[in-house]
Amino acid sequence: MTALQERLEASERPPALPRTWTGERIAGNLVLAFWLVAGVLMVWYLVEAWAPEKVERYGPKYISGLLTTLSLVGLSLVIGAALSIPVAIGRMSKNKLISRIAFAYVYVFRGTPLIAQLFLIYYGLGSFRPQLEAVGLWGFFREAWNCAVFSFALNTAAYQAEILRGAVESVPKGQWEGAAALGLNRVQTLYKIILPQALIVALRPYGNEIILMIKGSAIVALATVYDLMGETRRAYSRTYDFQTYIWAAIFYLVIVETLRNVWSVVEARLTRHLQR
Amino acid sequence: MDNYLTLLSFGDQGWGDEIAIGVVTTISLALATLPVGLLIGFLVALAKQSREWSFRTAADIYTTIFRGLPELLTLFLVYFGLQIGIQQLFQTLGVEAGVEINAFLAGVIALAFVFSAYASEVFLSAFRAISNGQYEGGYALGLHRNQVMRLVILPQLIRIALPGLSNLWMILLKDTALVSAIGLTDILRQTGIAARNTKEAFLFFGLAALLYLVLALLSSVVIGRVEAAGKRGETVR
Repeated sequence: MTALQERLEASERPPALPRTWTGERIAGNLVLAFWLVAGVLMVWYLVEAWAPEKVERYGPKYISGLLTTLSLVGLSLVIGAALSIPVAIGRMSKNKLISRIAFAYVYVFRGTPLIAQLFLIYYGLGSFRPQLEAVGLWGFFREAWNCAVFSFALNTAAYQAEILRGAVESVPKGQWEGAAALGLNRVQTLYKIILPQALIVALRPYGNEIILMIKGSAIVALATVYDLMGETRRAYSRTYDFQTYIWAAIFYLVIVETLRNVWSVVEARLTRHLQR
Repeated sequence: MDNYLTLLSFGDQGWGDEIAIGVVTTISLALATLPVGLLIGFLVALAKQSREWSFRTAADIYTTIFRGLPELLTLFLVYFGLQIGIQQLFQTLGVEAGVEINAFLAGVIALAFVFSAYASEVFLSAFRAISNGQYEGGYALGLHRNQVMRLVILPQLIRIALPGLSNLWMILLKDTALVSAIGLTDILRQTGIAARNTKEAFLFFGLAALLYLVLALLSSVVIGRVEAAGKRGETVR
């Protein structure tokens, strides 16, 4: 299309209709106004309820809770990632027995609530105290923190194994065949051909899994670990001040939103060769 | 072994009946949340694809909040927030009354918020999978906007959204376990009480995990039936 044609068409276009107040527009403005009022009320409430002595007392606890949450999630994600590799390999194995065992593992950990898994490990393993003492593991499972990391790692390993499997299987079979034709062995093919393509597919689900873990980690507060949620509950039980929960909500929202945005920047950067 | 059977039996000696109550609570909570969550999720999805900027922004704020907050925190915010809010309202009105929010209701509201935030995304992508021609064809036949939605779009939308929604149902089923934290007598609460009283924590929490697994298995059977029913109109190619 030439510039002339473009200008011609622009000049012939009828003027845009004036924006009228349709029912949809009124309703939309009302809903948005509701959020605006809710936001202003929340800020006003927080300003009103601001108490320096409480901030001085509970502020550092919130920060330490936040660090606990982040280190708990980070540690479990890393351990879970390591555990997920054999599980994913097992899931893809041609050996029926191995693939069934891996499937059962994934099914059990994805089919039951994380909180039930945590309770089963933290409270349940207490039933086996003599046996655990005999093998010298009781010291490990006595600590709520260790149990939390243990159960979270097992849980996220199941989810990450499925992400990994889905990503590897999303790479077309021709890639394997092409690599084989070039004389690469299986390990080389996996590292040089398959994984670079698969991990790009896995980027988004991995990001979601991190966010799910951060949100899911709040339940450790019910097993006596003082993470962000645990500190919040403790502060609430001492002050009966509802703003403790509002502050926790703000903390969590900020972490999750930051992570989501950082992740999408990273994703855009890593997939820049795929964008047109 | 006999000891375990006694513990799990129904009646005075065992915990079977208490845990059965827990199973009923969990199922009814999930079933009560589902329609509410679906309705809100559908409305939010409609708002998200509205032509109005204000509608879209409001809907985005909704999903950002309820997908970003931990489910447990949402539950506490609703449970304590409603209680305090209503108490404040009563105080300003000058009514002297102790307010106790029903934990079941708080659970339904909180879980519906979370469910609908995710469901709106599922509905939205299903909406995008339906071509514009379907709307245009409907209008060309002289159907009203609501009729097009009800008769042309919805039947296709449900079929496309079904896999995503069944995923969300499984998540909802697992999220119901959190209501034990506000004292609702669901599976986890009841097995927890049994575990504390009998000192057989592994047995009872293992049973809880097993019950959730059975519920998930049962749901996948039902969902499979529903999906098959949805596909019966499709031609075999």
